[in-house]
Amino acid sequence: MTSMTMIEAIRDAHMVAMERDDTVVVFGEDVGYFGGVFRCTQGLQERFGDHRCFDTPISEAGIVGAAVGMAAYGLRPCVEIQFADYMYPAYDQIVSEAARLRHRSAGDFTAPLVIRMPTGGGIFGGQTHSQSPEALFTHVAGLKTVVVSNPYDAKGLLIAAIEDDDPVIFLEPKRVYNGPFDGHPDRPIVPWSKHPLGEVPEGHYRIEVGTARLHREGSDLTVLTYGTMVHVAEAAAEEHGLDAEIIDLRTLVPLDVDTIVASVTKTGRCLVMHEATLTSGFGAELAATVQERCMFHLEAPIIRVCGWDTPYPHAHEWSYFPGPARVGYAMRELMDA
Amino acid sequence: MSDREPTPTPLRLRIPQPARGKHPPDRVRYISAAGEMAKPALDEKVERIALMRKQLVRVLDEDGSAVGDWVPEMSVDEKKQGLRTMLLVRSYDARMLQAHRQGKISFYMRSLGEEAIACAQQAALRPGDMHFPTYRQPGLLISSEYPLVTMMNQVLSNAEDPLHGRQLPVMYSSKAHGFFSISGNLATQYIQAVGWAMASALRGGTEIASAWIGEGATAESDFHAALVFASTYQAPVILNIVNNHWAISTPEDFARGASATFADRGYGFSIPALRVDGNDYLAVYAASQWAAERARTNLGPTLIEWITLRVGAHSTSDDPSVYRPPEEAAQFPLGDPVDRLRQHLVHLGEWDDAQHEALQEEVDAQVDEAFAEASSHGSVKSGDVGSAKTMFDDVYAELPRHLREQRDRLEELP
Ligand SMILES: Cc1ncc(C[n+]2csc(CCOP(=O)(O)OP(=O)(O)O)c2C)c(N)n1
Repeated sequence: MTSMTMIEAIRDAHMVAMERDDTVVVFGEDVGYFGGVFRCTQGLQERFGDHRCFDTPISEAGIVGAAVGMAAYGLRPCVEIQFADYMYPAYDQIVSEAARLRHRSAGDFTAPLVIRMPTGGGIFGGQTHSQSPEALFTHVAGLKTVVVSNPYDAKGLLIAAIEDDDPVIFLEPKRVYNGPFDGHPDRPIVPWSKHPLGEVPEGHYRIEVGTARLHREGSDLTVLTYGTMVHVAEAAAEEHGLDAEIIDLRTLVPLDVDTIVASVTKTGRCLVMHEATLTSGFGAELAATVQERCMFHLEAPIIRVCGWDTPYPHAHEWSYFPGPARVGYAMRELMDA
Repeated sequence: MSDREPTPTPLRLRIPQPARGKHPPDRVRYISAAGEMAKPALDEKVERIALMRKQLVRVLDEDGSAVGDWVPEMSVDEKKQGLRTMLLVRSYDARMLQAHRQGKISFYMRSLGEEAIACAQQAALRPGDMHFPTYRQPGLLISSEYPLVTMMNQVLSNAEDPLHGRQLPVMYSSKAHGFFSISGNLATQYIQAVGWAMASALRGGTEIASAWIGEGATAESDFHAALVFASTYQAPVILNIVNNHWAISTPEDFARGASATFADRGYGFSIPALRVDGNDYLAVYAASQWAAERARTNLGPTLIEWITLRVGAHSTSDDPSVYRPPEEAAQFPLGDPVDRLRQHLVHLGEWDDAQHEALQEEVDAQVDEAFAEASSHGSVKSGDVGSAKTMFDDVYAELPRHLREQRDRLEELP
């Protein structure tokens, strides 16, 4: 075990995957020589050479389109989109090509690739460096969508994603790259070295895509969430004296329904949370799933706490971000219902 | 405003217009004579090759003789084989159109008049190379001896369709025959081809890729992404632009803008670009070979604008009489690819009318036989479409829980 930031864990996952399989190639904007604007690919080009890790022109459609072609050749590309906010030029290649290639060719061609992107807010990034577009991926048949919340999961899930035979969207909440963020921007950053999930095993290990993690056991209510919000939920429950059971979904598609059902059946109350905008967000899918499968165990209506349905603001970031105050308020509401 | 200032000019746009039956079919600009164009060295400077972008590489002259630098080394048998393949594509095409008229298939797209480009390029490439085609290159499959029956099963969407009825007719896929799965989304394949070629080079392979696009779809941003990547990494890829002058009802001007030719596109990316007579089987073969050889020797990508004409409608859903002059095909200055290769073989003293008729009968019989077999498996129209359950297969490598539940639900339904 070594203490790592999420950035180091992601870097390490690349190293392990590239070492084990020479068909793994890594590329994106500023990814090669420089090692990525968040440094997640630092050292890969030096170690594996410029035919395994390289820089690309600023063309997201080009990056993903080329990756689809390379995957069809037999490589396993793991590409970086510099910010999730810039994936839209690549969206057609993701939705119409990567996601559907296996199906439309009846397995003749496949696209085993990983598209990594820093996601989410909390860094004063304004509307073009803060978005959480996960629902735009979960709505697409053929994609798997992963959102990580800590270094331990990030490494094991990235290795599993690279080894996966389907296209995986790998979302990295940039606010937790360097430490678990509890939603209080005024408090000093707690580094991952002070958190048990910052302890990362050396070498190869997998966390299977499609498995949730019980982040905190509790009996009052179930929180279904992922990414940065896992840590916000924990802080909010503590601050409001509630014994919340917090489930870090980790993978949104395919969803670990059993873990969700077991928890909600036990607590009878369910809070769904994400940073992304509310309407048609992944929370709606979660609420519907719980309603379909746990209806007779529910003691209160399901509540969603999400980003407002506005573009992500710059100056008003902390009024937009669903922080511990808003989450705690909803938790109380849920308990009083 | 002071008196001395001139009245400002109101701004206007140029809106290109379809011919609407009025425009004479003289839109093919810069037609060079056969043999006029020199053949550059494989590593000729891009600035010098750029001088060719307003000219046209042609080999077959009016009399059917092959002239100039670009005359390819090709045996008479290879030429006869080329003629046979083009006739087979044409016969297949006609048969499928007929099947649509008879209500046996839901949709079809023809390649009439464009056969030489796909057939001759396939002949110039090697097994292991990968084409990333559009819907208008069935000639690639037919030239590589992909079974006609399998193509027809796909078009019929019947239970024997290798793609299980998941794709519209003509969206074939065959890795084994170097034919990448066709997407209905235009231009996406262009950058994928560059990625495939990059992969081959990253792995130290020897296979090259060939990207295909219609001139209309070059307006898509994926086209530009492809050129940037191809140029930056000097990927071993042939970048084909099939200029058949029409994108449904839209004339080529829309995608080309004010540039003179589509071959111009290469210059800005420092990609050597040729403009080639796409109805001249020998010119297509020679130019494809030149581009392939450049790719195989690490000299990078080559862009080729093929001049041809979409003789038929855009698809079975289209009515071109609304927007194009009826005499266009007859007056097309580059003629017909089958007629021109036939004339060349006659000119060589290797072919005559009787042989041609016999060959025509032979390919028609081959197509009829294949169609009889394919039809025996039924079609989407007769409801012989295999199990709907297969819709859930291949969404992922393994069936995930939510799809299993949905599939069970479908089966449960009364
Ligand atoms: C992204 C996208 N936009 C629009 C269409 C609809 N569409 C299908 S074919 C076509 C015309 C394409 O023309 P061109 O690229 O010149 O090829 P051609 O059909 O002449 O071979 C259009 C607009 C599409 N399939 N995909």
